[in-house]
Amino acid sequence: MLERNITTILSTSRSIRALFIAVLAVVTTQTPNTAIAQAAGEYRTVSVADPYLEMHTGPGRGYPVFHVVDRGADIEIIMRRTDWFQVRAADGTEGWVDRTQMERTLQPSGSEIQFAEANLQDFTDSTWEMGVLAGDFGGANIVSVFGGYSVNPNVSIEVWGSQILGNFSNGWMGSVNLTHEAWPDWRVSPFFTLGTGVIHTEPKSTIIQGEDRTDQVAHAGAGFRVYATRRFILRAEFKSYVVFTSRDDNEEVEEWKVGFAFFF
Amino acid sequence: MESRFRLLFLERCSRRSAKLFVLIPLFAFVLSGCAATKNLFGLGEEEALPPAEIPEGQVIEPEVQRREIKEPDIDSEDFEIGAFAGVMSIEDFGSDLVYGVRLAYHVTEGFFVEGSVGQSEGGLTSFEVLSGGAPLLSESERTLTYYNLNVGYNILPGEGFVGAGRAYNTALYLSAGLGSTSFAGDDRFTVNFGAGYRFLLNDSIALHVDFRDHLFDIDLLGDEKTAHNLEGSLGVTWFF
Repeated sequence: MLERNITTILSTSRSIRALFIAVLAVVTTQTPNTAIAQAAGEYRTVSVADPYLEMHTGPGRGYPVFHVVDRGADIEIIMRRTDWFQVRAADGTEGWVDRTQMERTLQPSGSEIQFAEANLQDFTDSTWEMGVLAGDFGGANIVSVFGGYSVNPNVSIEVWGSQILGNFSNGWMGSVNLTHEAWPDWRVSPFFTLGTGVIHTEPKSTIIQGEDRTDQVAHAGAGFRVYATRRFILRAEFKSYVVFTSRDDNEEVEEWKVGFAFFF
Repeated sequence: MESRFRLLFLERCSRRSAKLFVLIPLFAFVLSGCAATKNLFGLGEEEALPPAEIPEGQVIEPEVQRREIKEPDIDSEDFEIGAFAGVMSIEDFGSDLVYGVRLAYHVTEGFFVEGSVGQSEGGLTSFEVLSGGAPLLSESERTLTYYNLNVGYNILPGEGFVGAGRAYNTALYLSAGLGSTSFAGDDRFTVNFGAGYRFLLNDSIALHVDFRDHLFDIDLLGDEKTAHNLEGSLGVTWFF
C-alpha cells in the first residue's frame, strides 16, 4: 500500500540572491525578467492538479487573471509574498497564484504540497516573541518594546524597554518579568505577570525644579494574548508598579497598554 | 521517513536563523546554536539520504523520496526596507530637509507594520527673526529626530500603466501610529498618520511618495498647544 506523501515546504528569504537580482536590475539596462531568469534553474517545480491554475498580475485578490495553466503542466515557483506565489509557466509567462490554489499542485513524485503556515498550534508552542505596545503610564504616555522567551508553553521570561513621555517629566524604564499562561492553547489566552526593573525619570526642560532620578520598581499585572493571523499576536495588559523612591513614601503607578507582537 | 523529517527540520532551523540574523543581530547566538546542531548530526544540506530498505516481498522499489530533499525552499519576500528624503515643516520653526529609514513587514496582502526613524532641522521662528533678540533654542535643540511604529493598510492596490505596453503594480496605503519626537530639548510623545503611494518598479524594488502629519504637544511659546508637523517625502524600498 502506498500512503499519500505530503511534503511541507518552508518559506525563507534568500537575501543575498535577492540583493544580487536587485543590483543587476538597477545597474544594468536589462529588464527585471531577464535578471530573474539568470538566477533560474534552482526553482522548485510543481505540476497543476486543478483543471486549471489562475495567474494574477499581482499578489492580491483584486489583480486580474491574465493567464491560465492547464492541468498537468509544470510551473516553477519563484518566490512568495504573504499568501501569494510568483510562478513561471513553461512558456515563460510569470504571474501570481494564491496559496489555496498552490496547495492543489503536485510535486514531481506526485505528492501534495502543504505550505508551512503559522497557525494556532504554533502560537501555543512558540518559543520567541517580540512586540510593541503603547498606552498610559500613570497619566503619561508610554511606548514599549519587548522580547520574550518561552521556557514551556505556560511560562515565559520577558525583557522590556519603555520610553515614558509625560507632561512634566520623561523617562526610561527597563524591566524583566515572568509571565504565566494558564490556558496557552486558547486563541484568547489570559496571562499573569510579575517582575522588577529600573525606572529613570528626568523633569522636562521647561520645568526648572526637580532632578533626574533612578529608582527600582516592582510590578504585577495581567493581560491577554490574542492570536490574530500568521505570526501576529494582539496583546493588551495592565500592570501595577511600585516605585521604591528614596523619599518616605513609595510611589504607585498603574499602566495600561495595547499593542501587537510576533512569534517565532 | 523519520530521518527525512529530521533533515527538513534542521534545514528549517538554519534558514530561519539566517533571516533573523539579518534582522536582529541579537539572534546571532541562535544561529550559531543551529549550526552547531547541524554539524553534530553530520547532516549537511548537500548530503543525500541512504536509499530506504526494501521490505520483504515488495516488487517495486519506490525511489521518490530522494529527489525532493535537495530542492530549494521558496524565497519569501515579506520585508521591505528603504530610505526616504523630503521636506518637513516644523510648526513655528519653518521647513527643512527630512531624511530617514523605514522597515516594513507585510503581514497579509492588506496589512503591514512599519517602523521609521527620521531627522530634520528647525529654523528660526518669526518672533526670533523680527525681535532680533536671543534665540529661543540652541543649535542642537533645533535638530528634530523622531521614531515611530505604525500599522498600515493597502487601501487601493492596483496597477499603473506607463504608455500602452507597460503595467506596474501600485498601492495607495494608509498608515498611522505613534512614537517619540526629540525636539527643543525634550522627548515628545508623537502620533502620526498619513497616506502613501507605492509604485513597484519590479517585484523587489518600489518607489514611494509619502505624506505624514506628526502631532505632538509643545509649550515652548507660552501655552501648550498641539503642533502639526507635515512631512512629504520620496523613498526607495527593497523587498527581501
